[in-house]
Amino acid sequence: MTMIKMDETALSSETPPGVYEAMGAFAQEGRVNGTLVELGGLMPSSAGAIVSLANGRIKAVDGPFAEARELVGGYAVIDVRSREEAVELGRRLMQIHLDNWPGWEGSCEIRQIAGS
Amino acid sequence: MGDEAARAAIEAVWRLESTRLIAALVRIVRDVALAEDVAQDAIVAALAQWPATGIPDNPAAWLMTTAKRRAIDTFRSRARHDQAAAALARDLAETVDDDPGAGIDHVEDDVLRLMFICCHPALTSEMQTTLTLKLVAGLSAREIARAYLAPEATIAQRISRAKRTLAEAGAAIEEPSAPERAERLSTVLGVVYLLFNEGYAATEGEHWMRPALCEEAVRLGRILTALVPADPEVHGLSALMELQSSRLRARAGSDGEPILLDAQDRSRWDAARIRRGLAALARAHELAAAQDAEPGQYALQAAIAAEHARAASVDDTDWNRVALLYEQLGRLTGSPVVELNRAVALGRAQGPEAGLALLDQLEQLPSLRGYHLVPSVRGDLYERLGRGDDAAAEFDRAAAMTANASERALLQRRAIAARAQAGAAARPLGETI
Repeated sequence: MTMIKMDETALSSETPPGVYEAMGAFAQEGRVNGTLVELGGLMPSSAGAIVSLANGRIKAVDGPFAEARELVGGYAVIDVRSREEAVELGRRLMQIHLDNWPGWEGSCEIRQIAGS
Repeated sequence: MGDEAARAAIEAVWRLESTRLIAALVRIVRDVALAEDVAQDAIVAALAQWPATGIPDNPAAWLMTTAKRRAIDTFRSRARHDQAAAALARDLAETVDDDPGAGIDHVEDDVLRLMFICCHPALTSEMQTTLTLKLVAGLSAREIARAYLAPEATIAQRISRAKRTLAEAGAAIEEPSAPERAERLSTVLGVVYLLFNEGYAATEGEHWMRPALCEEAVRLGRILTALVPADPEVHGLSALMELQSSRLRARAGSDGEPILLDAQDRSRWDAARIRRGLAALARAHELAAAQDAEPGQYALQAAIAAEHARAASVDDTDWNRVALLYEQLGRLTGSPVVELNRAVALGRAQGPEAGLALLDQLEQLPSLRGYHLVPSVRGDLYERLGRGDDAAAEFDRAAAMTANASERALLQRRAIAARAQAGAAARPLGETI
């Protein structure tokens, strides 16, 4: 699984249309080489919530989460044969942002889904 | 970047790009062997340059440009300054830039055409599956050999024979006509499913499964749903493979011994695969309904797999529905193996006698003679009736008939267990499950 993380508080602009287009091309490529299982962008944290357990109590807090520095902005579930392939796809996701979103900074975290 | 890291990164790029690279090159140079050669040349060039320069922003375009240059060189050195070379040079002049789509237009058609070529009727089914793994899945001869548990030399030979056969057959690289397309699509589906089955239940050898083959087949199935999104059977096949492969982890024990459906730990079934399988099946049904078509053989098999996937246990399974689906499938395919499966489902739905009644009819069929699953199913039904000695004899017969070592071991164990059952105090019928 790849998760694209970005600094939500520093975000002043809307996602440029070029990013959507490039993501569309990335998704189509992934379908044609069989690597893409699922791809999704996430709404800002103001539309989300955090449910937590601390000191034996469960509580729910609505977003946005002002204290959070980095938030997950999008994810993709990919099915690849090696860690290197996953890293290469992560590199391309960053390239898409570099090419289409001036000033954007963030990262792509890659985690292997357990058991696969 | 260290040499090792660079090599691993380049291999990863190759895996991600080789399919569409070779597919596009086949369209341009109209020669499968040459397309593969120049693609390989491009990757060799990458190995020489990328460790120093880093991976280019658009590795696909870089590889494509380099491969096309090699193709031009080859044409020139063959002293064939014909139209193909000229057209290629013109094409190259127009498209050498960093534009992501450059020279790799019609990606879907190219890859689909490549699949059609790999499944050319002049090739044996072994050649078809091997060539599909090589060219479409991008596996090396070494990896295919590992997946098939065959010597690498055998696989390499099979690949070169396949390419020679294609060249001799003058394999049409042209766009197939609509009826040809439909016919070849069903061959492509057949080859992918063959590959899956070879991995799911190996026909011979020491191992019960070869999961790597299943994984590649599932991936090819997903590619096909992207290439031919309107065909219900394409989604049916993809659904079937996702659902069946969701059980891979639960189908073998720690020593690789087979675990049958009854004994599988269903919590080990892959929930994500099941979800994808059910979604693909729903899509297949939707498309079939929209086209006023009956469900095809893959969609029906997927529907059966879905019944198992939805059930919390063997007892919880809707065996009547499974038997009904097998009946539909049997009418469609006329396959005696399907009827055999229906006997199993009937045995569960209506009791072992119902299963045995159908089995008695099936045993008359010459096509099932020598098929080890016939005595195996009979043994299972006898066991349920509490006829342990009869069951043991059937399992022994079945064990002698299979070529798969771990399946034989399983059948021998079942024979021993059935004998033990016969030796124990007679139990009331119906309590043997």
